[in-house]
Amino acid sequence: MPVERHVLVVFPHPDDESFGAAGAIALHTRAGAPVTYLCGTLGEMGRNMGKPFFATRETLPLVRERELYDACAVLGIDDLRQMGLRDKTIEFEDQQVLAARIAAVIEEIQPSLMITHYPGHGVHPDHNALGAAAIRATTLIAPERRPVIHAHAISANREEALGRPDVVLDLADVLDVKLAAIRAHRSQSEAMLAELEKEFNRDPAVRKRGMRNWRQEMYWTYHA
Amino acid sequence: MQAIETSAVQATLDRFANQDVFIHLETTNGAYAAHRQEQTMAVCAFIRNGLVRYHRGTVAGIGPYRVGLKMEQGWIYAEGLTDWELDEQGRLLMAGHDSDGRLAIALELSTEPFGL
Ligand SMILES: [Zn+2]
Repeated sequence: MPVERHVLVVFPHPDDESFGAAGAIALHTRAGAPVTYLCGTLGEMGRNMGKPFFATRETLPLVRERELYDACAVLGIDDLRQMGLRDKTIEFEDQQVLAARIAAVIEEIQPSLMITHYPGHGVHPDHNALGAAAIRATTLIAPERRPVIHAHAISANREEALGRPDVVLDLADVLDVKLAAIRAHRSQSEAMLAELEKEFNRDPAVRKRGMRNWRQEMYWTYHA
Repeated sequence: MQAIETSAVQATLDRFANQDVFIHLETTNGAYAAHRQEQTMAVCAFIRNGLVRYHRGTVAGIGPYRVGLKMEQGWIYAEGLTDWELDEQGRLLMAGHDSDGRLAIALELSTEPFGL
């Protein structure tokens, strides 16, 4: 993996960076590349409140903001920028305005690589909308200054539609960092990790398959 | 939050009656419901900072609970409420959590707008 000049990560929810791209981010920060994370919302409408639940609909954004800072510390992200959008509403915002806001950050930090959701393959409407805005943003930049785009796809039909991912990262060296980042998002991950552990303990084959998935991150280079 | 105790919730509903109040009403089965095939589709609705006035607000059931707010020209209804809290800002927060602690429904009342 080449050392990037600067990496820009654009995702809508605190925890997208950890569940989705913690491995890539950790590999980049370890290699010495600065990482800027443009986070769209505070995940205000999340359904997970911790298990047992410790957040309310009204305290959740504060809880998740703290978790986000913790995860950034784990991942070595020292430039976290919040866009102040609201969970579930990104697709209803003026898409041109969103793209312009992201383009301004690209102009400022001149990233060599941008990581975002693959539009149409993010499953959550916020993922699709912000991914599309981020990609649109690059078209507002002079071609020679456009970052390479590694798009994260989580749809069930991703390989059917997009083919095999051209970027496959081996996370063996940073898997512990990825798990620590996910754990930092306690309100969102605790229940799910406990459930996973139960499944893993039930069946060694499931554990083997599961760990193979965890040890890899896949991206599709997007040509805007 | 704590488990709903109807007499305390009823008293609080009475306090919010007959005045303009901001409402947050929401129900969701999760943005990934269809993806995880828990359900055939993701379903969610929310209203945040609707301004309403009811003259009769009632909590009913033996748990999970229902709340009905009767307005001059309509009704507000929520079913599946399990927990409640009167927070430091004097807001009435009610929610329904499933066995995994995930929020399935929320009904909240406040005399000041909820944060955006
Ligand atoms: Zn997300």
